[in-house]
Amino acid sequence: MSENKHVLSILVDNQPGVLSRIVGLFSGRGYNIESLCVAETVEPHTSRLTIVTIADIVAIEQISKQLNKLINVIKVNELTGEDFVQREMALIKIKAKPEYRAEILRIVDIFRCKVVDVGPEHYTVEVTGDEGKLKAIIDILKPMGIKEIARTGSIALFRES
Amino acid sequence: MKQLTGAQILMKTLIDEGVETIFGYPGGAVIDIYDELVKTKIKHILVRHEQAAVHAADAYSRAKGKTGVCLVTSGPGATNTVTGIASAYMDSIPMVVITGQVPTQLIGNDAFQEVDIVGITRPCTKHNYLVKSTDDLAQIIKEAFYIAASGRPGPVLIDIPKNVANGLATYKAPKEIKMRSYNPTYKPNMKQLQKVVDLIRDAKRPMVFAGGGAILSGASKELTQFVKKTKMPITTSLMGLGVYPGDDPLSLGMLGMHGTYRANMSTGKCDLMIAIGVRFDDRVTGKTDVFASQAKIVHIDIDPTSIRKNVPVTIPIVGDCNETLIHLNKLIMDADLGNLTQKRKTWLDQIADWKSTTPLAYKQTKNVIKPQYVVEKIYELTKGDAIITTEVGQNQMWAAQYYHFKKPNHFITSGGLGVMGFGLPAAIGAQIACPNKTVIDIAGDGSIQMNIQELATAVQFNLPVKIAILNNRYLGMVRQWQELFYDKRYASTEMVHAPDFVKLAEAFGAEGLRATKPEEVETVLKKGLASKKTVIMEFIVDREESVYPMVPAGAAITDMLLV
Repeated sequence: MSENKHVLSILVDNQPGVLSRIVGLFSGRGYNIESLCVAETVEPHTSRLTIVTIADIVAIEQISKQLNKLINVIKVNELTGEDFVQREMALIKIKAKPEYRAEILRIVDIFRCKVVDVGPEHYTVEVTGDEGKLKAIIDILKPMGIKEIARTGSIALFRES
Repeated sequence: MKQLTGAQILMKTLIDEGVETIFGYPGGAVIDIYDELVKTKIKHILVRHEQAAVHAADAYSRAKGKTGVCLVTSGPGATNTVTGIASAYMDSIPMVVITGQVPTQLIGNDAFQEVDIVGITRPCTKHNYLVKSTDDLAQIIKEAFYIAASGRPGPVLIDIPKNVANGLATYKAPKEIKMRSYNPTYKPNMKQLQKVVDLIRDAKRPMVFAGGGAILSGASKELTQFVKKTKMPITTSLMGLGVYPGDDPLSLGMLGMHGTYRANMSTGKCDLMIAIGVRFDDRVTGKTDVFASQAKIVHIDIDPTSIRKNVPVTIPIVGDCNETLIHLNKLIMDADLGNLTQKRKTWLDQIADWKSTTPLAYKQTKNVIKPQYVVEKIYELTKGDAIITTEVGQNQMWAAQYYHFKKPNHFITSGGLGVMGFGLPAAIGAQIACPNKTVIDIAGDGSIQMNIQELATAVQFNLPVKIAILNNRYLGMVRQWQELFYDKRYASTEMVHAPDFVKLAEAFGAEGLRATKPEEVETVLKKGLASKKTVIMEFIVDREESVYPMVPAGAAITDMLLV
């Protein structure tokens, strides 16, 4: 069976150990986590986790059900295939030698990113977008010398009709 | 308002939950709790090792139909419970395990007898808690009992730091439990049930496959009615033994690696399988691709994750087994299923044929005791009415095959995890739950040594548990695999040295009996069963007897090695 990327949006009770239960479930049952994002929602006692995982159809059904079975999990939505918006943010620290400085700024402009930190030998760029956009800018900046990258992993929500 | 200590609040809440018995072992971190426990009417059973406390609570829960409770100290007390908790988790047994913890201000400091038991048991409990404040205690305990016994039951652990136990709080009666994140589905989807009735009407070779879930939900009566009304043959998993009378003609016996020929063959030929409270464990299905390959499968279970986990299902039904069967029986009452006697004749004749040509069998010779003979004699002498606990291995399989369980909750075994050393503490728990029942641990010489120290517990509490050791001086099940699949290289399976079990029993203050010849079996059993004491009955059995039939691991379940 073919394995695909799935985006799971999980609402949980904001209690100690909940993240550990979820991560433990993935490792204990041999599922993989491509990326994971977690933060509080509007309600202070509720957090939303967004997990991207690679699995076939049978496995993703089982993953969703296993997550639902955890006592602190309120709701699990699978966003894959549904109409949803997905964003990821990255901070990219690039070597900025004099000959590349203008070129980097042009790329930043084209991708509608921001330079959030500047130094004599580097720029740190903030980029937000879907996975494709992040991949594209990283590929373009790579030849100029990326020093470090920090990525958030995907967050996602259903679109409202 | 009057302030109570955490330990007092704990006792009050436990009594409100109807707790009568606690299995446990004291220690520094729970000394305050024990100091309050001793002032209550709750009976405390002092085991000799914390693992035994959990197995005993497990069996107590099954025999009594109540949530089992354990109390142990922090650190090693807590880690010793892990095997028992994991076993109860796999067998879905409702249980609350209370562990002591170092004071909150020491947590994380590698304090004496500190261990992160909540972290350790996260994957093997249904849920667990670290109580951070005495104020939260009552509510957490109530919630723990609710979670343990509702939905698909399971063990819940509560870790109580010492300063929470001896700290003060104003006691407020806990609120009714209502959780936004936990709402088990009990009522089945009625449209799905109607489809099941249609499938039953149209099926030519239907069968029922029931498991531990059916027993846990108390569905035995409804299930029996369902089977009799639809005239479907029924097999059970190891955990399901007794949910339907094993001596009834429609009973196929157990399914699986050591299932009966007729049960396993039926799964290969059936065109409809109604699975109730089972999880299609690998020991039951064998190779899943070819399991019940001609059948439409209806799967009824309260746990959605059990459905479609291992085998594809035609009609999934999430719901409580008993409640689902009540609805299903009503629908069947009103349905016209045609002349079932006539419809089922060919199928039931085929099954009867399998039974007569290939029954469970062994040959008792003059000189050597066959282990199966011992189990059959136990069945005969107890009229099938005893509570049987087992260890794990050959003893467990022979008990399952030759003691034809008639009632639910009479076969208490570590099914999912397969814990050697389960049987003796389980017998203790079952005997405390049912003081007037005959309780027998069918054991091997290997497994009995894993928790043999519990003889002291049994003797201390005057429990007349009977331990039947089938002694072949081997770790028999592994030896059997080595014989069949490893060219008889008996690597570390010969128990070269074992204690003299008769003397050992006496040293513990129990009674010891031994049979070395077939003609002594009945005498020893009669004497042992008549005794009011804890008794070890040792049977020196045929050393290389194997459990048959057998399906090699990973083979099709119909691909059986017969004797």
